[in-house]
Amino acid sequence: MYVAVKGGERAIESAHAWLAEERRGDTDVAELSIAQIREQLKLSVDRVMAEGSLYDPDLAALAIKQSRGDLIEAIFLIRAYRTTLPRFGASEPVDTGAMACDRRISATFKDLPGGQVLGPTFDYTHRLLDFKLAADGDVPEAPTRESTPGDVPHVTGFLNREGLIEEAPHDDTPPPDLTREPLEMPADRALRLQALTRADEGFTLGLAYSTQRGYARNHAFVGELRIGAVAVEMDIPELGFTIEIGEITLTECETVNQFKGSKTEPPQFTRGYGLVFGQSERKAISMALVDRALRWEELGEDNVGAPAQDTEFVLYHADNIQATGFLEHIKLPHYVDFQSELELVRKLRREAGADQVQEAAE
Amino acid sequence: MQVTALSGGFDNPAIGSAHAFRSVMEAMARPGSVQDIQGAVPPAPLTVAAGTVLLTLCDTDTPVYLAGKADTDDVRKWLAFHTGAPLTGPSHAMFAVGEWDALMPLDGYPVGTPEYPDRSTTLIVECAELEAAGATLRGPGIKSEATLSLPETRAFQSNRALFPLGLDFIFTSGDRLAALPRSAVVSRSSSEAVAHRGDF
Amino acid sequence: MTDYNFAYLDEQTKRMIRRAILKGLAIPGYQVPFASREMPMPYGWGTGGVQVSAAVLTPDDTFKVIDQGADDTTNAVSIRTFFERTAGVETTTATSEASVIQTRHRIPEEPLTEDQILVYQVPIPEPLRFLEPRESETRKMHSLEEYGLMHVKLYEDISRHGHIATSYAYPVKVEGRYVMDPSPIPKFDNPKLGDMPAIQLFGAGREQRIYALPPYTQVVSLDFEDHPFEASKADHACGLCGATDSYLDEVIMDDQGGRMFVCSDTDYCEARRAAGHKGKDAA
Repeated sequence: MYVAVKGGERAIESAHAWLAEERRGDTDVAELSIAQIREQLKLSVDRVMAEGSLYDPDLAALAIKQSRGDLIEAIFLIRAYRTTLPRFGASEPVDTGAMACDRRISATFKDLPGGQVLGPTFDYTHRLLDFKLAADGDVPEAPTRESTPGDVPHVTGFLNREGLIEEAPHDDTPPPDLTREPLEMPADRALRLQALTRADEGFTLGLAYSTQRGYARNHAFVGELRIGAVAVEMDIPELGFTIEIGEITLTECETVNQFKGSKTEPPQFTRGYGLVFGQSERKAISMALVDRALRWEELGEDNVGAPAQDTEFVLYHADNIQATGFLEHIKLPHYVDFQSELELVRKLRREAGADQVQEAAE
Repeated sequence: MQVTALSGGFDNPAIGSAHAFRSVMEAMARPGSVQDIQGAVPPAPLTVAAGTVLLTLCDTDTPVYLAGKADTDDVRKWLAFHTGAPLTGPSHAMFAVGEWDALMPLDGYPVGTPEYPDRSTTLIVECAELEAAGATLRGPGIKSEATLSLPETRAFQSNRALFPLGLDFIFTSGDRLAALPRSAVVSRSSSEAVAHRGDF
Repeated sequence: MTDYNFAYLDEQTKRMIRRAILKGLAIPGYQVPFASREMPMPYGWGTGGVQVSAAVLTPDDTFKVIDQGADDTTNAVSIRTFFERTAGVETTTATSEASVIQTRHRIPEEPLTEDQILVYQVPIPEPLRFLEPRESETRKMHSLEEYGLMHVKLYEDISRHGHIATSYAYPVKVEGRYVMDPSPIPKFDNPKLGDMPAIQLFGAGREQRIYALPPYTQVVSLDFEDHPFEASKADHACGLCGATDSYLDEVIMDDQGGRMFVCSDTDYCEARRAAGHKGKDAA
């Protein structure tokens, strides 16, 4: 005999208890510490901070531990936490020209003021599994040298002096904030960049790659990629001056894009821009390419109908927390909707069947 | 009691504003119904109802216009301390508060745009008295018809003609309030009320 | 994580949502944009409804949550627990005892009263979205009252199938002005939307929209003179309580094609059975 299903509450509690057990894994294996994740899975931590839009390595490491290494789940935890935090104000714009660079490369000039600094990169490593790491993780100390004092000037600044690259005039307009106001079209560049910096890395990479393969190709050169620490300063009205409240690591990518000129602009190089929390250069480069593709309208270029040119398409689908939530919600019960579809399909079939019989009779 | 800028807020902001909002929402959802509201003790001449509405709905994101006698130094300081709402003129106001005559002219306020009709001012009208009698109201939120003591009728008829654009009104008196959204059809008496319901 | 605010959301967020609700009530059926916050449950799982409920609830409320009509489905349990924990509200499964009801995909069978608020979870608030994917376009269409595309779509259904092939999330027109998505309720529930004594609020978190129907609002399901709207349901009685007027879920009993029909509104079904009603499959 049928009894209506009960016990949702008990099922949920049991599932959560099982999840906690699975998360811990074999208790004979030492538990991961937050510090271990923060120090040894730093690039995961950086991605969680970037797409979670919250710069806090310890919280990001905690989220990674809690999510069993599922980074989108970890980003979700950070976002949900972030939204409850009071907002005290906005910082001054960070000065990436004054960045203490760990890495700084340019693909457009062989040498340049400030030099090429490879830094801690996977580039040029041979991707061979290092079985020594499985046994012991001791590493020899890396050689050091004195850092060059002074700011590291931006490559695009050199081109600008010759008037070869589009102007990027200083603008003090406060940027819109999509975490405080609903996303609205048309979106200006500042809003697009905010959306892209917290966009899913994979989605952004795919879009950027599509521009390279001809879907709104924009001939990007990495003018410069830099990774390093910058100071965050905040104006404190009560004090009447600006103080440094901390330091964050950023990855910045400026692309230099070929541009033959258009109805409104002379031939010159144009810019794409990427700026991301932490060391996330795949994301920063992708962001710069997508940024450039989205600028077709202001540069008077043709819309060739490529996905990366479509602001609504890009911005409404780039957020992995929105996407994964809606995607996975189809796991939830849909008995009611499905039932109404069942009734409809049965009815249509009945009538179609009846029609066939009738036709045969005629 | 002497009200200072620092006093007169909600005893418990989360709970107080939750109750106050329900009064405002009931009023807006049921035009003509008169609701009790309390929680804030604003400086004169603001009523408890107007002060509580301001504390419930306003913050740094909502420019407020203080009209006429409502624009006093005490009110400015009180509003700044409790809400941080920037003060502005009618043309940029999300909320305006004052007596009916002081709030005029109505065409000075934003009524929204065809694509965003919600971007319009809500006027908080301080009234000497407020009762469910007077002009006849029909429209969404009203079972057949309701009555409300309105300062006049023609202004609300012109406002209705702009629908879905238009202004929304909250009438406050002492610790009571009522509301008139732009959707309401106002007439002097029930016999004059015009059928508003369009056919699909 | 330390203490959260009453009903989880911070006060500034609640004020923003409350302002949107008031504008929604003033312009019935119009979708008010709001800066939806990230909630501790996923987008698509009721974050819009949860934010609206959080902005509306007071500690004096009695709260009910249903998903597919049932109080005991897992997501309903999860949302109910969330508000028990963060707002300390009383909860109930009895429709008549609730002052605020959050729902996904159903309107309760028992008629609601003036003392109640119904909060809908909405996945895609834009009724024109599947005809036109661009928000900038659909917003323009609403502003110009340009609903021809919707009528064409419905009429194409009729010419192809002899019926309008939309069985849930069936579009309605509100007060002769805005075409509105009633959320994915079965069209069986559509007639309950209009002239309802309760306030109806709709929250779409991921899509950042809030809209509302004040009490006693005129709501008309779109149709044509020669093809009038028809609220349909399975042509059976509830196997447990015998009700013939309630929306039914189909339950597969075995792998031989055995099935039975039961009320999707579990509270309605239980109350009827408690009152002595019995269906043909009742023990």
